Amino acid sequence: MQEFDLEAEGLRALNSALHAQNNDTNQTAWEILNPKGSHAIAVGLDAPIDVTVKGSTGYYCGGMNQQANIHVAGSVGPGVAENMMSGTVVIDGDASQYAGATGHGGTLVIKGNASSRCGISMKGIDIIVHGNVGHMSAFMAQSGNLVVCGDAGDALGDSIYEARLFVRGSVKSLGADCIEKEMRPEHLAILADLLDRGGVDADPSEFKRYGSARKLYNFNIDNAY
Amino acid sequence: MTQNKTDGPPRTVPIQSATFSGSVNAEIRRAAATGIYDIRGGGAKRKLPHFDDLLFLGASMSRYPLEGYREKCETSVTLGTRYAAKPIELDIPITIAGMSFGALSGPAKEALGRGATLAGTSTTTGDGGMTVEERGHSNKLVYQYLPSRYGMNPNDLRKADAIEIVVGQGAKPGGGGMLLGQKISDRVAEMRNLPKGIDQRSACRHPDWTGPDDLEIKILELREITNWQVPIYIKVGGARPYFDTTLAIKAGADVVVLDGMQGGTAATQDVFIEHVGQPILACIREAVRALQDLGMHREVQLIVSGGVRTGADVAKCMALGADAVAIGTAALIALGDNDPRWEDEYQKLGTTAGAYDDWHEGQDPAGITTQDPDLMARFDPIEGGRRLNNYLKVMTLEAQTIARACGKNHLHNLEPEDLCAITMEAAAMARIPLAGTDWYPGKPGTSY
Repeated sequence: MQEFDLEAEGLRALNSALHAQNNDTNQTAWEILNPKGSHAIAVGLDAPIDVTVKGSTGYYCGGMNQQANIHVAGSVGPGVAENMMSGTVVIDGDASQYAGATGHGGTLVIKGNASSRCGISMKGIDIIVHGNVGHMSAFMAQSGNLVVCGDAGDALGDSIYEARLFVRGSVKSLGADCIEKEMRPEHLAILADLLDRGGVDADPSEFKRYGSARKLYNFNIDNAY
Repeated sequence: MTQNKTDGPPRTVPIQSATFSGSVNAEIRRAAATGIYDIRGGGAKRKLPHFDDLLFLGASMSRYPLEGYREKCETSVTLGTRYAAKPIELDIPITIAGMSFGALSGPAKEALGRGATLAGTSTTTGDGGMTVEERGHSNKLVYQYLPSRYGMNPNDLRKADAIEIVVGQGAKPGGGGMLLGQKISDRVAEMRNLPKGIDQRSACRHPDWTGPDDLEIKILELREITNWQVPIYIKVGGARPYFDTTLAIKAGADVVVLDGMQGGTAATQDVFIEHVGQPILACIREAVRALQDLGMHREVQLIVSGGVRTGADVAKCMALGADAVAIGTAALIALGDNDPRWEDEYQKLGTTAGAYDDWHEGQDPAGITTQDPDLMARFDPIEGGRRLNNYLKVMTLEAQTIARACGKNHLHNLEPEDLCAITMEAAAMARIPLAGTDWYPGKPGTSY
């Protein structure tokens, strides 16, 4: 176990040390102490390592993660796991705005609630939220899955493309071009796997599925009158 | 002249309205018929106060010129000296602006890289990510970080020589973009992680930050991911250049890129292009004032764009305080866009060479703004690169010629004192004295 005191050694030293790890590293377990809400903790990682942050973080924790498994024993500020490519990020507490924004892959698990714009512009990431999500979540969501075990706020899935949204609780309102869709057996299977990966003990049949009506997919550009 | 051919009392000739001109009426009829606003590419087409409204004074009794062909006149520029471990060193202060793969074909992006590299300057990606051919043929490549984040990934981010965070662009400050389905080939769709053939919206604001305070933290994240190696630019449209530049500096930019309303876009509403934003001439001095007020002029570099066409334009931008310029539309024309050789085909599309701006429809006869394989095959990226290099060389020689005539041994030594304005508007916007006077509107100490 590599122990790193962020307060004492600083952010640059931390990320440099984590960036120095590669696929063959034998330093596979890292513990970060005294995060104290610092921004950009463990960003741009690209190695199969386990990183535990002992406390809450500021903005963009785990941003652009590849391969690493990051566990935050606390809550996170805006943009956790933004643009994640692969690996996992698990948050014990709550997440602020834009959790998992533009993520291309990997799995983000938020055991508390997520604020507004969770999964905005997501591009393949899987996000599992044990609690609720705020307004405008999955805005312009392109692909991947967003699972909300609690309730969703206003304008869920506004201008959504091909992402799948699963919500167990209420949805305050759906955004433009987002509709409820039939939950077919293949969706139940996908959801069961997501719940399992997210550590959620819930029955997939309790969820509703939402996605794109695909009515905004093509703008009428026939201006050549 | 006013006599009617028929017998009878004299009558006035028909008079066309200046307000309801032929083109205005045609647009009203088009809108009435289709119910859709016009989308097009390019920048503002209306006549605006521009660099043509400024002149260089040249040397005379009080100034000593340099020999036009022999004496040294440096053109190099270093961008990103504030924080980056590896600033960008360019041989010439003329860079290639961001234009997306998707809006442009792969060979066109390759040609931009080839031409820029031959000329010793940088090129820039665009919405849609970094292509292999563009990276491979660009010695210095700036990677745009856009609201859509199409194609954004940390591996390409680390391959970049600089990162340009796009907050806005001159053609549409405050607006996003749309790559229409006709141009979404399999490759474009894959890079953007969306189905083939559907319109792909580029958002007008970033998904994970909302203001300059957030942006400061975003920049910290990008620097941490790239180990503080490469410069970070912030690009803004010509809206409120003093405040935008001030806030960009505050957020931690190494370089500010300022794009006036003549700057092009691949596609947006004509009403947006023509009615939102400011001409670049009105923006440069305000941005320089912001840099000077913060003691950052030349420490944070300023790149300006939007209607830069000639070496004279380059020299005027430098004299107004910019460190470099960027060209987009002019580079496409150098590659062969809107070339009269394709006039027959432009006519079939209902337009003419020089006026073709429906780049979003993907039918570009020149094979540049298209993803159609047959049209793309018309364009030779090697020849395109050669043409772009030639054009950049000519612009550089022109700018040097002017600088030497002003007695300057580096383009950066050009200064406002070297200029006069020939219109009141240009004098006011650029704060350059009206020709034959020592006055410009709003000059401190004057009554009006």
